[in-house]
Amino acid sequence: MLSRVADSLYWMSRYFERATHCSRVLEANYSLMLNPGKLSTEQRWQNIMGHLGLEGDESRIEPQAAIMKLMSDPQISSSIVSCITSARENASQVREQISSEMWERLNQLYHEVVQTAANMYSDSDVLRLFMALREGGYKFIGVTDSSMNHGEGWHFIQFGKYIERTSSLPLLIEAVFSAQQGADDLDWVGLLTSCSAFEAYCKVYTADLKPERVAEFLLLNPEFPYTARYSTEKMQHALEGIRRTTPGRRFSEIERIVGRLHASLAYAQIDDIMSRDFERFLESIIEQCQSLHSAAHEAYIDYPIESAFEA
Amino acid sequence: MPERAIPAPFSEYELGTPYDEMFRANGRARQHYKALYSKLLSLPSDELLRSKQEADLSFFNQGITFTVYGREEGTERIFPHDLLPRIIPASEWDTIEKGLTQRITALNLFLKDIYNERKILSDGIIPGEIIYTCKHFRRQMRGVKVPRDVYVSVCGTDLIRLPSGEFVVLEDNLRVPSGVSYMLTSRKVMKQTFPILFRKCGVRPIEQYSQALLSTLRSLAPEGRSSLTIVLLTPGVYNSAYFEHTYLARQMGIELVEGRDLVVHDNIVYMRTTSGLQRVDVIYRRVDDDFLDPLTFRADSELGAPGLFNAYRAGNVVLANALGTGVADDKAIYAYVPKMIQYYLGETPILNNVETFLMSNDKERDHVCGNLEKYVVKAVGESGGYGMLIGPHSTKQQQEEFRLRIMEQPRNYIAQPTLALSTAPCFTEDGQIEPRHIDLRPYVLFGEKVTIVPGGLTRVALRKGSLVVNSSQGGGSKDTWVLQS
Repeated sequence: MLSRVADSLYWMSRYFERATHCSRVLEANYSLMLNPGKLSTEQRWQNIMGHLGLEGDESRIEPQAAIMKLMSDPQISSSIVSCITSARENASQVREQISSEMWERLNQLYHEVVQTAANMYSDSDVLRLFMALREGGYKFIGVTDSSMNHGEGWHFIQFGKYIERTSSLPLLIEAVFSAQQGADDLDWVGLLTSCSAFEAYCKVYTADLKPERVAEFLLLNPEFPYTARYSTEKMQHALEGIRRTTPGRRFSEIERIVGRLHASLAYAQIDDIMSRDFERFLESIIEQCQSLHSAAHEAYIDYPIESAFEA
Repeated sequence: MPERAIPAPFSEYELGTPYDEMFRANGRARQHYKALYSKLLSLPSDELLRSKQEADLSFFNQGITFTVYGREEGTERIFPHDLLPRIIPASEWDTIEKGLTQRITALNLFLKDIYNERKILSDGIIPGEIIYTCKHFRRQMRGVKVPRDVYVSVCGTDLIRLPSGEFVVLEDNLRVPSGVSYMLTSRKVMKQTFPILFRKCGVRPIEQYSQALLSTLRSLAPEGRSSLTIVLLTPGVYNSAYFEHTYLARQMGIELVEGRDLVVHDNIVYMRTTSGLQRVDVIYRRVDDDFLDPLTFRADSELGAPGLFNAYRAGNVVLANALGTGVADDKAIYAYVPKMIQYYLGETPILNNVETFLMSNDKERDHVCGNLEKYVVKAVGESGGYGMLIGPHSTKQQQEEFRLRIMEQPRNYIAQPTLALSTAPCFTEDGQIEPRHIDLRPYVLFGEKVTIVPGGLTRVALRKGSLVVNSSQGGGSKDTWVLQS
């Protein structure tokens, strides 16, 4: 597969995941904001705004306006509109490589988002956009899995999706945990809902919400698709798939990084993690994702020409 | 004009000076059109409209669309397509095929000569100045060895039919001719629309084009390479012919690459894949000369690959078409093609040129400038119907403007008499069948041998009375049926 094509598939998938992540987090917090204000929530809210890319003074604007901005402002590179546009841009570069159903879904969602975003006046527009992203997201993931060869290109798509998921989760957790005021049940519900994980959590732990359990579930649960451990396993699987189709490329560095990351989640205990430097642990997940991205980029996409002749 | 009673849906069908493909001057259908004619008479009036809608939908669903740019959201519209086929009988096609074969053979000999010995210049057949002032002449190609001496391996020649019924060559497109995907996809749609008519008429197939193109490219490959990698080089998604590039790459099963996918190392071209660098042997390039290699040609181009030309000159990669072929389809040099045929092959041209006046010739220029209202004046370097003056439809002011331009840069202009392109029946928006002007672009492949699939792209000027068939200016296309016998 051409390196450029692999790169576009990867970024299409990452941007798409980023857009739906942003929408999930905003939707969960939007509903929290409807409750009577309290200090802890407000502080968390600002942390979350920071996590989603609104910084400095911008993060202190009124919540309603902040939501609008993060949804519809094309000037903000992490806004939903920007991410969906970038996902579509990448898809259009490789339209021949993805299935026509995938293109149609993405294109449809793009038009819906752009049109809604250009005319956002009321809360019902906001809610409509959340709905579009939620439904559009599931549809796109569905057709991607069912209408495309699960070959090299598909593995790059999976890799992009799960690396994005793994690296955005720690920031979100940190945003909620780091607020100085103690969090209450509603804040935990907000965090779990941001990862579509509330029901799944309850099935494991019942609705008894404890910080270390929430952290354990989101980081270490091996069965739920939005957890760090699950996503890392999927990344490992995708990279293994890519390795099989690209004999002759150097894989050891990639294997080492993803293997270590996976081990640090699969064999960890939450008490252990939380009794040490929790913040550092979360940061190290992000750093490992960054090294993994660089290693894969260097192995498959933008390798030095000399390295290709050594093999 | 005498009353002619052609029944509905032809009641608005007017016959005039131009040759009509379907009707004789007496209003009777020509022999090879009879099956279509009687089919059209027998159809209920709304049936054609329904077929038209189905065909349009089919084009849309296949993604055979143009993207209209300039707006924030790219809007897509289908390539305008006329439902009624243009039919060419076997005997006429035979002449066209022989004529095109003769012409491309001579043009390739000319290109070889121009970039090597330049005999045709020293023998005084063509003035050297006209070659060296052509902006598509590539000095860099002098002495470069071209595989099989085939410079032009893919060509799309524009033919028109004069009122006498004779086919003449209007233009040779020798650089990166496009449109073949519309020929292929419109055939597919027409087979769904008129299946019975196909069987009845005995239409020769064109579906083998992609295989023929692939074998042509294969036959040009450097010797001694065991497994070949052939790629199609596209300028990218923003090119108006991008659909065609993806279509042909898919049909041939070859990789569609952009300049940034290519790497040249030690005069060998590679494409960057996830499995490492893969050597490329033949490039079917749909990028213009100017943009192929920033080290040799336009330095600001990002569409090509640095070092590509040297790899090509070293014989390590083949480009189809070769570089510098544009010198042979310059509109002024076109005027000399009949002489080339005579000079290189010792034959008389089977297909004639349109009478052409060179503005660099004093006598011809004086004559044309005195009678601008009768001529079509074209800039030699332009294509797509741009930069021209259509004398009979122009104002005095426009004529004056062109007169000045001609005087300023005579080498840049040629003039041709206003041509009455032939007409063919077209299905109009209001459900009538009316004559519209058409041309014909058959696609010629030259590798080990010359291959011309029987058919081509018939372009239609969809606006009533218009003579401009270019898709950028309100033109559309028709399926072209060449009959078995």
